[in-house]
Amino acid sequence: MAFFLQMLVTGIVIGSVYALVALGFVLIYKSSDAINFAQGEFLLVGTYVCLTLISSYNIPFIPALIITLLFSAALGLLIERIVLRSFIGEPIISLIMATIGLSSVLLGLVHIIWGHETKVFPQIFSEEPVKIGSIIVAPVYLWSLAIVIVMLLLFTLFFKYSKMGIAMRATADDQQAAMSMGISVKVIFACSWAIAAVVSAVGGVLIGNINGVNSSLSMIGLKVLPVAILGGLDSIPGAIIGGIIIGVIESMTGGYLDPLVGGGLKEVMPFIILVFILMFKPYGLFGKKEIERV
Amino acid sequence: MRNPFVMDCGEFHVNYKQDMALWKISRIRMRIYAIVLLFALFPLVASDYIVGLATLCGIAAIGAIGLNILTGFTGQISIGVGAFLGVGGYTSAILTTTLGLSFWVALPIAGIITALVGALFGIPSLRLKGLYLAIATLAAQVIILFVISRWDSLTGGTAGLVLSRPEIAGFSFISEKSYYYLMFIILVATTLFTLNLFRSRVGRAFIAVRDRDVAAEVIGIDLFKYKVLAFFISSFFVGIAGALLGHYMMVVSPELYSTTVSIEYLAMILVGGLGSVFGSIYGAVFITLLPVILRSVIEVFSGIFPDLAAVLNGLKEVVFGLVIIIFLIYEPHGLAKIWQNIKDYFRLWPFSY
Repeated sequence: MAFFLQMLVTGIVIGSVYALVALGFVLIYKSSDAINFAQGEFLLVGTYVCLTLISSYNIPFIPALIITLLFSAALGLLIERIVLRSFIGEPIISLIMATIGLSSVLLGLVHIIWGHETKVFPQIFSEEPVKIGSIIVAPVYLWSLAIVIVMLLLFTLFFKYSKMGIAMRATADDQQAAMSMGISVKVIFACSWAIAAVVSAVGGVLIGNINGVNSSLSMIGLKVLPVAILGGLDSIPGAIIGGIIIGVIESMTGGYLDPLVGGGLKEVMPFIILVFILMFKPYGLFGKKEIERV
Repeated sequence: MRNPFVMDCGEFHVNYKQDMALWKISRIRMRIYAIVLLFALFPLVASDYIVGLATLCGIAAIGAIGLNILTGFTGQISIGVGAFLGVGGYTSAILTTTLGLSFWVALPIAGIITALVGALFGIPSLRLKGLYLAIATLAAQVIILFVISRWDSLTGGTAGLVLSRPEIAGFSFISEKSYYYLMFIILVATTLFTLNLFRSRVGRAFIAVRDRDVAAEVIGIDLFKYKVLAFFISSFFVGIAGALLGHYMMVVSPELYSTTVSIEYLAMILVGGLGSVFGSIYGAVFITLLPVILRSVIEVFSGIFPDLAAVLNGLKEVVFGLVIIIFLIYEPHGLAKIWQNIKDYFRLWPFSY
């Protein structure tokens, strides 16, 4: 039972980070119908920037995180302006390949600047494990969970009350109607890319604190696909619930099934689930069903 | 003989046979023969290194043509080519090395097995399109690769399997030149098959499905049949390319078939030109040679910037990504379109019309 709870807690924490990264992914899809295959590289760049600020420039964690977020937002804006704006209204394969090309460029830059070795974050959270009932949790997990919950709350408030958030929801709902109400759709697109880069950077910093930093972190960019599809590609609550479900399933697979097959199934399980979702419920739990007319 | 480089300035067909011909004018036909002859003869003068590169380009071209049938002509985006190459390579490896069959039997079987696996993963394409299908094929890639690397008793796990070069009547295709000719014959056959496929009923149905699948269904095209068929034919060629690559490298192992490979193949057909058979070949050559050219450029500059060699891998990724983005922005129809534009310019040259 303790083992089960341990796996459950790990799953929820990892899942909440997935939820955060998937939030950025869904946001871009919702506002501009673009799928961002470079989400994992956004995460990687953010993590490395934060790591460099902390370990090379000896900046404390919180200011370093804030600088990282500003940097990520700028990166998101820049990429939207230079690359993605040319692809508004282009066929879907162009968009997919453009973001794949983008991910290759970012990954290459990360390799050039930071190399291939795994790096570790300096100790930020205390190492003293916390006991909750029968299970033992590292503080970094609790902090991650707390930060994710705060971020998600902030975004909920942002979308509900701020002018920009409401404008973004309006654009997602109907671009033309939003335009005719005087909302600048271009600004909205740029803003959604900036937010996507910011949430990925936070996710990356958290995962980097748990597992160490190397370029395989960008795999999370692919893990986001099952998460977003499970929740429904255009649903923000779906991304959050989907993230936690996928995180828990992954952790459970790692704990119970991996010893049976000799490891590795943990990484593949989200994709097996993905195939089943696509077969039986392609629009996910909360996604809007598209009706196609000729 | 008339000057073979004179361009045609219009189509003046007087019967259906001329209109349906693959190469409509005898001069174009001569030109094609000349180009084929050139590529058939060049290994006689080129070094083994160059011939080896050409072989890799050719094998990539076979796979790229296969992918273009699916993605360029039928509009079904697939990010799973890498794994399908792997299925082809492993099938051939298991049949020849483990079961001791001849390469000439194993090659078509590898194609057919890959085609069946491809068709299986193509079944969801009836319900899924565009983005969703792309994600489904990506999942196929991850799952197939996992099965390959875990099914130790059959595939040798992460260590992979060793293959030998094919033999016929005591003659082994061990030299670079002989393998080039083997590849060349298969590439020419693939090209001819694909060119003709899109002059047939099936090929035109594929194009109708790409342009608007609901509309295609309304005019009587069985969507399920043609989508699965597109996956089948496309994966067949990808499987053949995988088997050829396996026998050329003489080893198959899971890391040769990663997602990166799938993306490279997608880049080939994009850079070459979606929905263009010759474009697939141009793209395959371009993407295969890109890292080679980059390395030689870096060797030239490493005298001035000694640090450059250390970042070669990263630089390759940056250039690869930039090439994709730049092509998508400035010439979405790829190299095939650029070549077409050049030909169009010279068609009535020096007169503007």
